[in-house]
Amino acid sequence: MTKSITIVGVGGQGTLLASRILGNLLVSEGFDVKVSEVHGMSQRGGSVVTYVKYGEKVSSPVVEKGEADVVLAFELCEGARWVSMLKKEGTLVVNTQQIDPMPVITGAMEYPENVQEKLRSAGVNVIEIDALKYAEEAGSSKAVNVVMIGALSNFMEFPEEMWIDTIKKTVPEKFVQMNLKAFELGRSIK
Amino acid sequence: MKRLMLGNEAVARGLFEAGCKIVSSYPGTPSTEITEFAAKYDEIYAEWAPNEKVACETAVGASIGGARAFCAMKHVGMNVAADPMFTAAYTGVNGGLVIGVADDPGMHSSQNEQDSRHYAIAAKLPMVEPSDSAECRDYTKAAYEISEKFDTPVILRLSTRVSHSQSIVEEFPRNEVGVKDYTKNPAKYVMTPANAKGRHVFVEQRMADLTEFAETSELNRVEHADSEIGIITAGIAYQYVREAMGDNVAVLKLGLINPMPKKMILDFAAKYKKIYVVEELDDVIETHCRKLGIEVEGKSIFGFLGELSQRIVAEKLLGSAPEYTEFDGNVPPRPPVLCPGCPHRGVFYTLSKLKLTVSGDIGCYTLGAAAPLFAIDTTICMGASVSALHGFNKARGEEAAAKTVAVIGDSTFMHSGITGLMNITYNQGISTVIILDNRITGMTGHQENPASGHTLKGVEVPPVSLEKICEAAGVKRIRVVDPLDLAAVEAVIREETAVAEPSVIITRSPCALLKSVKRKPALKIDIDKCKGCKMCMKIGCPAISF
Ligand SMILES: Cc1ncc(C[n+]2csc(CCOP(=O)(O)OP(=O)(O)O)c2C)c(N)n1
Repeated sequence: MTKSITIVGVGGQGTLLASRILGNLLVSEGFDVKVSEVHGMSQRGGSVVTYVKYGEKVSSPVVEKGEADVVLAFELCEGARWVSMLKKEGTLVVNTQQIDPMPVITGAMEYPENVQEKLRSAGVNVIEIDALKYAEEAGSSKAVNVVMIGALSNFMEFPEEMWIDTIKKTVPEKFVQMNLKAFELGRSIK
Repeated sequence: MKRLMLGNEAVARGLFEAGCKIVSSYPGTPSTEITEFAAKYDEIYAEWAPNEKVACETAVGASIGGARAFCAMKHVGMNVAADPMFTAAYTGVNGGLVIGVADDPGMHSSQNEQDSRHYAIAAKLPMVEPSDSAECRDYTKAAYEISEKFDTPVILRLSTRVSHSQSIVEEFPRNEVGVKDYTKNPAKYVMTPANAKGRHVFVEQRMADLTEFAETSELNRVEHADSEIGIITAGIAYQYVREAMGDNVAVLKLGLINPMPKKMILDFAAKYKKIYVVEELDDVIETHCRKLGIEVEGKSIFGFLGELSQRIVAEKLLGSAPEYTEFDGNVPPRPPVLCPGCPHRGVFYTLSKLKLTVSGDIGCYTLGAAAPLFAIDTTICMGASVSALHGFNKARGEEAAAKTVAVIGDSTFMHSGITGLMNITYNQGISTVIILDNRITGMTGHQENPASGHTLKGVEVPPVSLEKICEAAGVKRIRVVDPLDLAAVEAVIREETAVAEPSVIITRSPCALLKSVKRKPALKIDIDKCKGCKMCMKIGCPAISF
């Protein structure tokens, strides 16, 4: 059976690094893996989505509506936007941080209200995390992505050492300590 | 070693392993990373050319010179490179020549959705299409074999999902093929009508030989099954078919998509009751099947628009697809926006304030068309801002010209804006052209260009002078202004649109995301003094919120 994870966020939040960590871990576990990312305009604050799929043999690199086992959302209304990717019994792990999109900044639209309540009643499992707080505790607001990976690790069957090992191999050396702390903080949320 | 590789990185790996020596490209999503990864190999000389035509001609020259050569472009780049490509189809090659083109079904970052397979048919060139990263590497190498065996350039066709997804690739060592001898051969390389007539005969024979080759090539693969239906497909669509239908359906996967085999397809079709063609964009495979007299279904159910997916294949062929829940409420869209600190912003704020008609172009600055700036009237293709403004002003006269400007980025100006500028000066136009000079090709992720001062391989070079190019083209009024100085920008735009002669305004400030840029600490709003007028929200800066 192929498992599918969808990672969503705002351009600049480091979703690509998160998908790389996950991809590398899955390869070292011996799975067939496909990771799909759309590059291009992503550095300019748009909505970004990456897919990670693994199993004995993976065909399509993309995840479609109703297919994801986990949606890992780095921002609250991105979680709302992409919750439709989940299978019926899927899990949404969502950072409760809010980043206003341009229509909200210009006043053309409102940031949606009661997102958390609505997500809880959407019929999927929801895990809410203040990842920004933990990232700052680890040493940098930029570590939101690795806090989220820590939270995700609770829903996957791999031993903690494997995650730590992969993070060490994937992130630049000078950021290893901070990222390991971010990972531990994310993983401590159950 | 086996590892995850982006499709584009795997193409670069294929270039390395095939002994490719020369790569010349112009960036364009989703093709850009091929050349960036190729540049990391010491054995490969790789460069950014000013446009795709120059890149393609450079690769053609390198091939005639005896090296295995490559150039990459996005689908619309092939429009620019088409001229050399169509005649290189006649000259053929010396060292192998592969031309990479990446289509963008769904238009994730493109201005149209053209299907580059038509180019292979029109230019009578073989085209291969991989469906994952491992095939990216394999097909790149196979393309060089075909190129040298059949004396032809070969097109490697990619698409966004193949270029930008990672899958597992095994690495092999480089086959150092060296540089072949060059011998003068005008009958082959000088395409005068007399010589070209001879080469056209060769081209037609080559297509016949390639069709024969297609019948047995390992690039085309039949995967039989005990099923009523048979599916003919290629590229990423093959992966969608396999995901949606599993292994219980027969599939003919075409890897060589021009020319396509005949007998192989007829044999496949004869074995199954109902034949579907699953292909993204146009009906190229379907048309081929119909010409062979096969009853197939394809576009009548899948249509011509956008990307396919396993979901679409399942819906159309199985009549079912996974269920899902939707968020109960409106989620505001999150479009890409100009970055905080972007030097383009002030220019568009001013253009919008002055209510000018703006002939736009392609780059980060196309975002100036979006809310809340709404500053751009037209965007067509790279370079069109300058030439189309000239036409617009010739049509509407001098008075209208005083209310119009063109905006074009530095990379885009050198790509194809210079010729349009010469058209203005030569033909006594009076248009005002603003060159948004941020010293880099921003849109596609910071590729060096002739004005950047260094090359793709990291060599420092004297930057090309935009001022001197404009001067040489005959522009007398050339103004350079700092776009972060709003008062100066407004004054200069007012002055230059008022005069009845051609002028160029260069707004010069490096891209805010460049590592070399020393950024001042961010300013903060003094909450006590803020009256809540929300004027500052009108510049569309994502760093400011209320
Ligand atoms: C023929 C063609 N080639 C490539 C592209 C991809 N592309 C779009 S804009 C652009 C260059 C943008 O650079 P620049 O003009 O310097 O503006 P900036 O993005 O830095 O503001 C490129 C390469 C394209 N759209 N068309």
